[in-house]
Amino acid sequence: MSTTTVAHHDEHHDHPTGIMRWLTTTNHKDIGTMYLTFSLIMFLVGGSMILGIRAELFKPGLQLMNPEFFNQLIGVHALIMIFAALMPAATGFANWMLPLQIGAPDMALPRLNNWGFWILPPSAILLTLPFTLALFGVGDGALATGWTFYPPLSVQGGIGVDFAIFAVHLLGISSVLGSINIIVTIYNMRAPGMTLMKMPMFAWGWLITAFLLIATIPVLAGAVTMLLTDRHFGTHFFDAAGGGDPIMFQHLFWFFGHPEVYILLLPVWGFIPQILQTFSRKPMYGYKAQVYSLWAIGALAVVVWAHHFFTAGMPVPALLYFMYSTMAISLPLAVLFYCWIRTMWKGSMSFETPMLFTVGWIILFGVGGLTGLVLADVAADAQYHNSYFVVAHFHYTLFAGGIMGIMAGVYYWLPKMTGHMYNEKLGKLHFWLTAISFNVTFIPQFFVGLAGMPRRIPDYALQFAEFNMISTIGAFVLGLSQLLFVYIIISCVKGGKKATDRVWEGAEGLEWTLPSPPPYHSFTEQPVVK
Amino acid sequence: MQGMKKLGVGAFALFLSLSARADFTWNFPEPVTPMALDTLHVHNKFMLITAVIFVVVLAIMIYSIVTHRHSKGYKPVADKAPSTAIEIFWTLIPFAILLLIDFVIMGIPAYHSVVMMEDTRDQSTMVIKITGSQWRWQYEYLDGDAKGIKFVSNLATTDGQMHNAEDKGEHYLLEVDNPLVLPVGEKVRILMTASDVLHNWWVPQFGSSRVAVPGFIRETWVQVEKPGVYRGQCKELCGKGHGYMPVVVNAVSKEEFAQWANKKQDEQKAASDVKEMTKDELIAQGKTVYEKNCAVCHQVSGAGLPPAFPALTGSKVATGPIFGADGKYQKDSHMDRVLNGKGVMPAWKATLNDTEIAAVITYERNALGNTAAVDAVVQPAQVKAARE
Repeated sequence: MSTTTVAHHDEHHDHPTGIMRWLTTTNHKDIGTMYLTFSLIMFLVGGSMILGIRAELFKPGLQLMNPEFFNQLIGVHALIMIFAALMPAATGFANWMLPLQIGAPDMALPRLNNWGFWILPPSAILLTLPFTLALFGVGDGALATGWTFYPPLSVQGGIGVDFAIFAVHLLGISSVLGSINIIVTIYNMRAPGMTLMKMPMFAWGWLITAFLLIATIPVLAGAVTMLLTDRHFGTHFFDAAGGGDPIMFQHLFWFFGHPEVYILLLPVWGFIPQILQTFSRKPMYGYKAQVYSLWAIGALAVVVWAHHFFTAGMPVPALLYFMYSTMAISLPLAVLFYCWIRTMWKGSMSFETPMLFTVGWIILFGVGGLTGLVLADVAADAQYHNSYFVVAHFHYTLFAGGIMGIMAGVYYWLPKMTGHMYNEKLGKLHFWLTAISFNVTFIPQFFVGLAGMPRRIPDYALQFAEFNMISTIGAFVLGLSQLLFVYIIISCVKGGKKATDRVWEGAEGLEWTLPSPPPYHSFTEQPVVK
Repeated sequence: MQGMKKLGVGAFALFLSLSARADFTWNFPEPVTPMALDTLHVHNKFMLITAVIFVVVLAIMIYSIVTHRHSKGYKPVADKAPSTAIEIFWTLIPFAILLLIDFVIMGIPAYHSVVMMEDTRDQSTMVIKITGSQWRWQYEYLDGDAKGIKFVSNLATTDGQMHNAEDKGEHYLLEVDNPLVLPVGEKVRILMTASDVLHNWWVPQFGSSRVAVPGFIRETWVQVEKPGVYRGQCKELCGKGHGYMPVVVNAVSKEEFAQWANKKQDEQKAASDVKEMTKDELIAQGKTVYEKNCAVCHQVSGAGLPPAFPALTGSKVATGPIFGADGKYQKDSHMDRVLNGKGVMPAWKATLNDTEIAAVITYERNALGNTAAVDAVVQPAQVKAARE
């Protein structure tokens, strides 16, 4: 893609300063920054919750908490990590980078954008408030059902379940608003000459994500609303005694829940090839193949949901259908892997922190993908299901594939956003600490899972003790390493070596034609793509 | 990349040093049913294929990373966009390989496993019903030698062990008071249901795992081929006792099974004979029943876990009247609660026999800090009448 150089003028337009700037802002970069900051804070909150869990599981016996509190922590950890850490991080990148990458002055619906963000903090409070209320004797803490809300357990639960239902509603509204904005921006505000098939891959990743969100979030909202009426208004959607079926909830939940996995990953699959081409100093391989693969994955995402509950009982034809359709996801995904590796092949690679994270990401996400393929087999799944094997698998996809991808993006764009280079040595240290401790944490979980340790149990049989101990040690190193990440970001925002406009030698795309940091109003003259 | 390798070596060394003092399992436990054996084969095959793919791809990547480096002055190939035909060709090759792996090499055995797994009736010789409830398993033999046998299986690990006050036993958290007994070599059809929330009956060595859904019957089967004691756990999050709901199966020869069944049937008959008991006898038996079934929620002391599980000590239900002027039990009385449950309190009428219910009610009204003024003693005959 070739671009013309554009003229900038960085004079200040009138906009509020101080706290009002952030409360009332409609500027895509400010909103992006808020999303990313919120995401980082919630990542630390969700992370400390799981450290509590891992500390409890360090050795057999109950040490720190009662089982009820343990169950609350696992559910809220998952909800926070998915809805309040990963999704806002991807939305933050979208806000920051999409307009820059497609040559738009801002997002199409800036006020909606502001609203979309400010729904998030209240819902995060709703998620965490029940813990606090319980301290004062109100209710019995947060939801203790896991993030999946399965009835009848969630019908039985206390006020924490209602809090979580409302929180999910708000988070869902925020995501749908963000998605609408992204779709409108991408379709209407591309620079002249930028056809859809010339669009940066990140825009493609997010476009498909946005469609998936709009298709599935309302189903989740419906399901939890039905749950709410079952809990309080005497309906029996999920109660066999009144003609309902608890498994129907699982169908509705996973119709959202499975695409959700891709919602978390598609934006990352968008910018990973961009990072690869930058540090390989050659254009990404198979742009079209990647775009089609993303669409194929998006389409398959909404037709495979029932593989999450193979053991709940299904007719044989349904089992076979969901098994084969799930396996089919490996086809487009393999195309993506092929294109990523082919992009590196015969490049001129250098290994700055973003590239390290990207290469580590490909390997570890590969482990997550391959173990996912095995999980699709119905017979084997009867063993893996709800065991620690599954926990390890989805952390390879969501921590390695999601969070480490996001980290690659942070290091890639941080100089562009702040105008300063981050500390490269510390960045590399952060990568190695994260990658190694991540494996120390989750490799043992594959083995305890195979040996027969169920997930979501507060205590375990003696045979699982050693692996759990290793896993806990890994988790603490992993958790503490993230403080280094926070330090690197803060010191980069505060100052450091001045970043050039292009930042990386091989960087391609409109965002690199702007100064670092980009002016408050990015493109004063519309760029033209040839 | 070297770091990755170092990590691998390091982790391996760590595991080796640890394995000196503990039994580590690196794969599924030894399978003892045809289904588990099949599952293990499927798993091993999948793992082998995926490991090969992983290693090959990783090797290509490492080669590229080592060779095609900026720091070595490697110039990127002038990778002009390939023609669409070439691009399609190079995408179709991995596509075709995967198609073969997914739907032929893995897909065909997977199909046979599913069909085998779901065939619960063919050649099955006996039927048992398993009911999951918070937090215990209830077993019922529906036909054959053991027809009519019905019992509840509770965690047998003591509270002291769980809270680190006592040394943990060998089968910590995987031991029960009444194991399920099955004959070796027989295909046993299992009907599964639950009384309150979802549960999942899982013994890793059997390879079968089914969610127990309240209000529905699900099916699975086991055919244990080796005598022994097999242990597993509930694996569907079912509330605070989820980690304390073990499954223990005692697989014995057909002869032993018949003997056990006879003995158990006689015991059960004796227990269900309604006879007059003294207050002390009732209290003594009631204590055992209480501690096994009720103390999980209401605590050994009767203090409960408010607000979900109210205290029994000083409660209106446990000290107020049970029977009305007509001699029938009243709604919301102590008898009503124990028989029929309410909210999170399960109904016990299907789980406990008349004597046990009479005993536990009498115990709760005369112990745990309670001294009921009215209806202090409940006789099994009264429970029997209440059921009708």
